[in-house]
Amino acid sequence: MSEQLLDIVLRSLWISGTALLLSLLWSLPLALILGLRRFRGRNTIISFFNAMLGVPTVALGLFLYLLFSRRGALGAFSLLYTPTAIMIGQAILITPILISLLTSAIEAVDPRIRDLARTLGASERQASLTILREARKGSILAGVSAFNRAIAELGIALMLGGNIEGLTRVMTTQIALGVNRGEIILSLEATLVLLAIVFTLTLIANRFRGD
Amino acid sequence: MAVHMKLHRVTRRYDGITALSEVDLEVKNGEVLTIIGPNGAGKTTLLRILALLDEPSSGEISYRGQRVDRSSVQEYRKRITMVFQRPVLFNDTVFENIAYGLRLRGLEGEEVAQRVNDALSSVMLDGFGSRPAKKLSGGEQQRVVLARALALEPELLLLDEPTANLDPTNAHIVERIIKNLRGRTTVVVATHNIFQARRLSDRVGCLLNGKIIDIDRPRNIFIKPKNEIIRKFARGEFF
Amino acid sequence: MIVNLIKFIKLMCLRLLGFQVKKSALVAISLIVVVSLSVSLGAFRGQNRLIVSTTTSLYDTGLLDFIAERYFQLYHIKLDFIAAGTGQALEHARRGDADVVLTHSPSLERQFLTERVVGVRKIIAYNFFIIVGPGEDPAGIRGLPPVRALTKIATSGVTWISRGDNSGTHLKEKSLWEKAGIRPAGQAWYIESGTGMGPTLQIANEKGAYTLTDTGTYLKYQKEGLINLAPLIESGEDLLNVYSVMAVNPEENRQVNFSGAVAFIAFLTSEEGQKTIEDFGKEEFGVSLFNPAVQLLRTDSAVAEWIRDYAFIENSECPPEYRLGQEGLYQ
Repeated sequence: MSEQLLDIVLRSLWISGTALLLSLLWSLPLALILGLRRFRGRNTIISFFNAMLGVPTVALGLFLYLLFSRRGALGAFSLLYTPTAIMIGQAILITPILISLLTSAIEAVDPRIRDLARTLGASERQASLTILREARKGSILAGVSAFNRAIAELGIALMLGGNIEGLTRVMTTQIALGVNRGEIILSLEATLVLLAIVFTLTLIANRFRGD
Repeated sequence: MAVHMKLHRVTRRYDGITALSEVDLEVKNGEVLTIIGPNGAGKTTLLRILALLDEPSSGEISYRGQRVDRSSVQEYRKRITMVFQRPVLFNDTVFENIAYGLRLRGLEGEEVAQRVNDALSSVMLDGFGSRPAKKLSGGEQQRVVLARALALEPELLLLDEPTANLDPTNAHIVERIIKNLRGRTTVVVATHNIFQARRLSDRVGCLLNGKIIDIDRPRNIFIKPKNEIIRKFARGEFF
Repeated sequence: MIVNLIKFIKLMCLRLLGFQVKKSALVAISLIVVVSLSVSLGAFRGQNRLIVSTTTSLYDTGLLDFIAERYFQLYHIKLDFIAAGTGQALEHARRGDADVVLTHSPSLERQFLTERVVGVRKIIAYNFFIIVGPGEDPAGIRGLPPVRALTKIATSGVTWISRGDNSGTHLKEKSLWEKAGIRPAGQAWYIESGTGMGPTLQIANEKGAYTLTDTGTYLKYQKEGLINLAPLIESGEDLLNVYSVMAVNPEENRQVNFSGAVAFIAFLTSEEGQKTIEDFGKEEFGVSLFNPAVQLLRTDSAVAEWIRDYAFIENSECPPEYRLGQEGLYQ
């Protein structure tokens, strides 16, 4: 693997990996609430996130571009054309899929587990965490699906990152724009690596499906 | 005999039904108390109240003479364990299922392993530790959940129809374990099997439509029933 | 091993903080720390950088990376290039998302200059578009003046591929059609690729068609055997392509790196910078893909005249009111 390719691949993994962790920070608590509690408006919220699953990356990318632009509301942070901008964008992008799948996983847990945990001595909070642990297989599937979505998207990386060599060039932007530059081999290699990563992760995740 | 747990005029209502109505009950220390009654009488509800899993709609509960309220319920709950009618297991090995409660109580490493293995031995499931709990047979699962409860050495053990789905061999093992607990652990068993009630109990409570109509020693229920209703109960006519 | 590490950390926390830290709290906090570090690391370049907005055709030639390498060697400053269409490149300037703009479209540059979006314009290089086509040249345009060649192409039934994407190349092509008085849009022999120069050349190659291209992309693709087209018309005033650099005006956008921009412009117009531009492509193709313009503009040569006619604004590469105080660059 050439140095260029390695640089691009590692960066893609770093950016999308961080995006996943970042999204987990708010998606996990939200999924716990949606999965465990019943309250008015719950179904509306879940439907909302399901609807957001299909948001085109370029639409989100454009919206955030206007926000991060120096003229935009968050312009003072100079985030445009940095890896951070992509991380934030992808984190937002994968939030619906993360919440949807995590909530499903938690809902799928036997409702009697809560009482079981409590009668074995767990506090309310410990019981919730136990439920989460019971949902770990579905959670892994959720995480992998979200990561795949992030690492394979183009719109956000392009609009917020700018495909700057050595800084924000990731596999998808390389593939999309490299051909124009005549970097056909490199773009092909990036394609293969990206496919390999996505396939491998999906295969691993499927081992955890349905249990 | 000292009173372990006391329910005073406890009523439990949910989903529009009154499952328990003005129940007065004293559970004595170290006894094996069996609650018999037909399906729908409220046995499970009563056990759940005793397990402090559900809050009564009205009435008082005291544990060893101390009033149980919202702030102290978590503490007392740790001293009570209930085994549900159908085995509920974590998606994990048998070992982890049993170790769960021990770890919650701060035990670690060797101590946990010791207690788990002892518990498995007591239900004759030695060596089953590494098996995935959900892959065991029904009878084996029932013994695992019993072992899980026993490992915690609770002061009060509540068993909801512990042998209802077991073959005679397994049922026999379970009854033997219950008998051996007498004196050390207070046990309350809910069952609709009147023969089992006769075999096991120090006292029998008759539950019908959410009310305790009588509670006494087995001979006063089954051999010398004190009134017509009890006699019908003892003959299984309400079941 | 991880278990021991966690135990150790818990012990340390106990010693330092004086109370027990639950394992789950530890995990949660570590997660937050890791994420924060990672995210902020990615913003590191946020403040001190020079963002150069340019066109894809220019960037794709590789010249800019070549210049950036040299610039870094000399000054240890990293240049970040954002490549987009010409219109977009200038829009970046308007939004203040770039510090410097590198384009080759004098009419648009004039507009942005007069709108005071940019300033300090310097012409740094020039080259020629070329018209390429199949070696056999069925339309017989070899060596003709560009406008006459296009007229011949329109009438001889051969195919012409257009960029169709409002890039600098496309704009130049449109101006040529205008001069020829022809409206090619919608005609059967006129195909719009809507894509970059490279793929457009490949389409022309496939179809044995003609197209307008810049030298750099053509040579690169030809050399790598991706296409086999012949350069049929290689120069002429009408094919002149002039490259300018402009700094984004800090008046409108406080956050732009104006001093960095001026320094970069000074470099590009300096002897060192001009030589760098000239060097590009020499090793690989044996010719300069871009010709330095600064020295040339001091002369009266024909090409210099062409440049002045084509790319000057009010008889200057940058009218004084748009020089934003950088008179030193215009001596």
